Order: sequence, then structure tokens, then C-alpha cells
Amino acid sequence: MAAKTLLINGTMVSAREDETILEAARDAGVKIPTLCHLDGLSDVGACRLCLVEVGGRLRPACTTTVSEGMDIRTHTDALKAYRRQIIELLFAERGHVCAVCVASGHCELQDMAVALGMDHVRYEYLAPTCTVDISHERFGLDHNRCILCSRCVRACDEVEGVHTWDVAGRGTSARVITDMNQPWGESETCTACGKCLLACPTGALFKRGATVAEMEHSPARIAMIVESRRVRG
Amino acid sequence: MNPKLRLATVWLGGCSGCHMSLLDLDEWLIDLAAHVDLVYSPIADTKIFPAGVDLALVEGAIANDEHLELVHTIRKQSRILVSLGDCAVTGNVTALRNPLGAAAPTLQQIYVDHGDPRGIIPAEPGIVPVLLDTVVPVHAVVPVDHFLPGCPPPAPRIRALLEALLEGRTPDAQGPEMLRFG
Repeated sequence: MAAKTLLINGTMVSAREDETILEAARDAGVKIPTLCHLDGLSDVGACRLCLVEVGGRLRPACTTTVSEGMDIRTHTDALKAYRRQIIELLFAERGHVCAVCVASGHCELQDMAVALGMDHVRYEYLAPTCTVDISHERFGLDHNRCILCSRCVRACDEVEGVHTWDVAGRGTSARVITDMNQPWGESETCTACGKCLLACPTGALFKRGATVAEMEHSPARIAMIVESRRVRG
Repeated sequence: MNPKLRLATVWLGGCSGCHMSLLDLDEWLIDLAAHVDLVYSPIADTKIFPAGVDLALVEGAIANDEHLELVHTIRKQSRILVSLGDCAVTGNVTALRNPLGAAAPTLQQIYVDHGDPRGIIPAEPGIVPVLLDTVVPVHAVVPVDHFLPGCPPPAPRIRALLEALLEGRTPDAQGPEMLRFG
């Protein structure tokens, strides 16, 4: 496979021609923040945290393939400001209350807020009415904590091969749904495999019975399953 | 010797957990006492927020008309205002009622619809503060100088902020020791 040569933050880097900017940067030891990306799943560019500047234009690193001579900046002041805005808007959009969340201490959103230096949210909180679905025997869904990264949707579709999950609605009314927007417990396709729970970055999907700070996700296991399957052919 | 810093700590719409965390500073409070005069606090016998406060630590969100009036006074009469803890910084648990709607439907749902036994809505003008329609963080009402997240902020986090301010430095607002919510 042909290699491409590009610049990441002024350093010459060589990458495989089918790599994304995110992969090339990672190989070069440059860490770009992400939330909707999960190793083992396809990329959709939903969260926009991985935006980088390519020749002065904004591009999502996870869905942009490298090309010869690209001049990429990953951590300019403008990008840092955008990333902080994005994380603040995620917190403002729904009822993310770390103090009472099952995932507190094990949450990628909470960690990202720290990493991006969010000490407060400058936007008005929308405080939407969000339902909680505990119709499933083993799992629960709290829309308050969902950031619409769609990792559950992709894990269910691409790894379990079931596609129980999807996203319905637009903008602030968008919600993850199971089957034809029916209660999770009534879903005919759900195999109760729990891959969506592994993939979820926040406390949106949780094991029933888990209380504050008890829910630990294992997103790395998705990549493990995908890799094991690839090796076995 | 520098004059003592005039310190106020305020308990608005919160559970007082942030003040408990402040008390968790244990023996360091004795060191602190050498550098500050506690001029207003739930743990001091003062009813009126005084003028000329150097540093006000504000716990809790703005949830009723008393909070709203007091926070304007605090801002006007304090050189440095710190939002202490998640309720002051984000609304947090105090703001969990916001999706229920304005004050009237919220009270109706809590005290009457789900009251057990069915209750009455508290209304004692001049005694029971009137709920605001929306709970908001402190910085939604007045400018805030420093934010100290945490539910509650751990005692070492409060100490780091106080030490910086006592030395005239800007408190460090980076990293998991100073920033984590929850």
C-alpha cells in the first residue's frame, strides 16, 4: 500500500494511504480528543471534538483520509476553544448531573470536561424532559445522559449484527431508540448481548441495579471482539 | 503584617455538603484562621451580609427569591466571588427540578400530586422564600471570579484555591485535582 507524507503540527509524518488523520496522528503520538470514535467501529464524525485544521480549514480527523502534502494542525488556540465550546454545549443540552450519575468516575464525558479545562458552562442549560427506559430486564437507558455519539447504534449494527438501536428525531429532539421506537424491553431484535453498554461513553446505558458511580463501561472490549473475529477469519 | 482577609461563606440552594467539605480541612482551619476574619457564614452568628468582603465562597444554586437578592448583595460587597461546588457552578442536584416546569407546577407535582399524604403548597409570604421558576447557577445571575467544581469539592481542592488567593495568585483551574464535576 502506498504511503502518504504529511505534516502534523509542523512535523513530517508518513501514513498509509487509507488511514484517517486521527489514525495517522495517533501513530505519530499526537493525541486528538474524541467521544464518538471507538476503536473497532466505523467513524461517523458526530461529536466534532476531533476537528483539526487542514490547510486552515476545519476537518473531522476521524472521517478525513490522509492525502499527500496535508498540513495539519491539531491543537491551535481556535481548536481548543471550539472543543471547549462543544463539551459545554453537550453539558447544556441534557441533564448531565455527575453527582447522581451511575457512570461518575468512569465517564468519558466527565473526563473530557476535565481534559478540556471546563470549569463551568457558559450556555443556558436547556433542562429538557428526558425519559428513562427501564423496561429491559437487565439494562436501562437514561436519555438525560446520552450525547448521541451513536456508539451503541454502531456496536449493535456492526459487531452484534442486529441493529436494534438507531437515532430518531432531529436536533435537540433526537433520541436513540430501540426497534420501531418502542420500549427496550419489548424489542424483538435485542439479543441482550450488552455490547451497547460496553460501547457507551457515559451513564446513558447502564446495568439495572447500578447506583451512583457503580457503572463501568468497557469500550476497549469492542475492539477486542472485532480483532478476535478478524484473526479467526 | 498584612491585614486579615475578610472571608464570607454563603449557603444558597445546596445541601451544605460544600461547607462540610470546608470543615474537612481539619487542623488547617487553624492555620487559615490566622489569615482570615470570618465575617459571614452559616457557621458564624451574623445575619446581614457585611460590606467590604474580600472573598466570598458561595455554595448552592440560585433557587428562590432570597438567594437571588442575596447573591446580588454578595457580588456588590465582595472583591472576589467563588462558585463553590457543583450546585453553584452548574445548578446540579438543585436544578434537577427544572424539567418539571415553572415553580407552580413543580410545587403542585411535589407537594400535592406525589405528596404522601396529599399535602398543601407551602405559602408563607415573608417567611418561606418564593421559588424561582428556573434554578440557575450563580454565574447566570452575577459575574463569578473563580469556579470550584465538585459535589462536594474535596477539601484539598478548597485548600488549593484558598492558598492561592491568600498568596494573591490566580488559582490553578486545570486537571482532575481542581476540576472534576461530581
